[in-house]
Amino acid sequence: MTRDKRNQRIREFFIEKTISASGIASVVIVVLIFVFLLKDGLSLFKIESIQDFLSGKLWYPISDPPKFGILPLILGSIVVTAGATAISVPIGVASAIYIAEVSSPRIKEYLKAGVELLAAIPSVVLGFIGVVTLVPFVKQFFNLPTGLTAFSGSIMLAFMAMPTIVSIAEDALTAVPRSYREGALALGATKWQTIYKVTVPSAASGIVAAVMLGVGRVIGETMAVMMITGNAAVIPKSIFQPVRTLTATIAAEMGETVRGSDHFYALFAIGIVLFLITFFINMIADLYLHREKR
Amino acid sequence: MKKINALMVGFLFLITVAGALFAESAGSIQIKGSDTMVNLNQGLAEVYMSKNPKAFIAVTGGGSGTGIASLLGGTCDIAASSRKMKDKEIKQAEAAGIEPKECTIALDGLAVVVNPANPVSNLTIDQLADIFTGKITNWKDVGGVNSEIVILSREVNSGTHVYFKEHVLRKGNEKGPEEFSPGALLMSSSQAIADEVSGNANAVGYYGIGYVSKKQKSIAVAKDKNSPYVLPTIDNVLNGTYPITRPLFFYTSSKPKESAKSFISFVLSDEGQKIVMDTDFVPLKKLK
Repeated sequence: MTRDKRNQRIREFFIEKTISASGIASVVIVVLIFVFLLKDGLSLFKIESIQDFLSGKLWYPISDPPKFGILPLILGSIVVTAGATAISVPIGVASAIYIAEVSSPRIKEYLKAGVELLAAIPSVVLGFIGVVTLVPFVKQFFNLPTGLTAFSGSIMLAFMAMPTIVSIAEDALTAVPRSYREGALALGATKWQTIYKVTVPSAASGIVAAVMLGVGRVIGETMAVMMITGNAAVIPKSIFQPVRTLTATIAAEMGETVRGSDHFYALFAIGIVLFLITFFINMIADLYLHREKR
Repeated sequence: MKKINALMVGFLFLITVAGALFAESAGSIQIKGSDTMVNLNQGLAEVYMSKNPKAFIAVTGGGSGTGIASLLGGTCDIAASSRKMKDKEIKQAEAAGIEPKECTIALDGLAVVVNPANPVSNLTIDQLADIFTGKITNWKDVGGVNSEIVILSREVNSGTHVYFKEHVLRKGNEKGPEEFSPGALLMSSSQAIADEVSGNANAVGYYGIGYVSKKQKSIAVAKDKNSPYVLPTIDNVLNGTYPITRPLFFYTSSKPKESAKSFISFVLSDEGQKIVMDTDFVPLKKLK
């Protein structure tokens, strides 16, 4: 064996190991995060039952005795997310269809750049714009006591989810083989029939993935919701009420908690709940994708 | 569990040492804590720095709880607080080897504010407690128009939130059962409350008198039905007639740095107290 070859083999060995280590790293990090989350979060359940935590209706973390009921927070997150999804999915998917199927190449370039620019706006800036413009508008338009509502949050978060939905759905649509469209057109289908009978169904798995990633983005968003949803820990009766989300609660209160206090553990427990929710959403997306492929 | 505690103490100790070394080498003072006091601390720091060119003072907010937590963590030299330290925090300080020292540097009146378009301008403490706990939900019950009351409060990491709860909602009985209505909107800063009040005729909020501007109207508050209604002005806070008045504190470790000591004595001097007055807080004694 020549020296060169041995050197090459050693180099190869190291490169291979480095790459596989990087590959494993992300999994290891996720596991570590989850372990730390569990370690601190589960300490709460020594003083509070899981049942009371999940179904308690009052959140008074610094009172004596404290009340750690996160039902209003969970519902707050769900209402805001559902609202944002209802707004962003139809608009986002329609805009993806327009960009991928209908628009001329010139307009397509402009639109894609615009969507990417929307994704680049930091959420705190969107939140600030929301407070100054959207909140007074919502208050006046719907004649509400205050404009700091779940609805305002949903609109702002819809803007945030839209770039994710549009760009991924657009990729999925573009990836549909050209022959499918040509086949449909050759059979005498109109352009619209081709889109909704052929192109969209064959890109369905990608579009579902786009929607799920958009939902994931919305439920984890913190800064903008904290600024516009009013942060009142009540069980929402309608979308036009102030709500407090899981994420905003962690962000707003982590400064006060002293390491090792019950409140500190409660915030970690909220972290576990959030983690499980996003895990669940990803799992649904995954299951759906696999079912489609078969 | 014991092992974890030991680790934690060790960790805190390391941070303290590292923080102290870093701060000492830079010759700077870190002031952290109460959002209410940020403007005040900044004003004091600027004058102090212009008189002592070698000194460097960094002022940050985040809430009284945040300030005290970082004093215990050793990441600041002075914790600015708009409430007294809780027993729990004092115990934690002892566990971390810090004996916190308290120093009252100014007084503050908490103004209850509404939109100038709101006809209500006098309320008793009892009425305020009923409004903020959610017993009274309509302005017409306190002599206003028929519309729902929107309650604005600070977040739970705010000393103002805690003070208002203990002294207005619970009327001084600190362990009482009263709580803010769950429907209260928790805002992240006094300025956020001021902005919402100035744009919303149904809103009511509270914050230090330094934040009151022409876009909000201060409510005249009475201790009870038979007492006079008093507006939150500097004079009324100083002569003790305004009922929602609180002291503002600086907390340091038992052995503060020389630079921090000399800054605090500057704050307590007549010159420092004049800055207190200029930033719309109330000095400890009447200035000549």
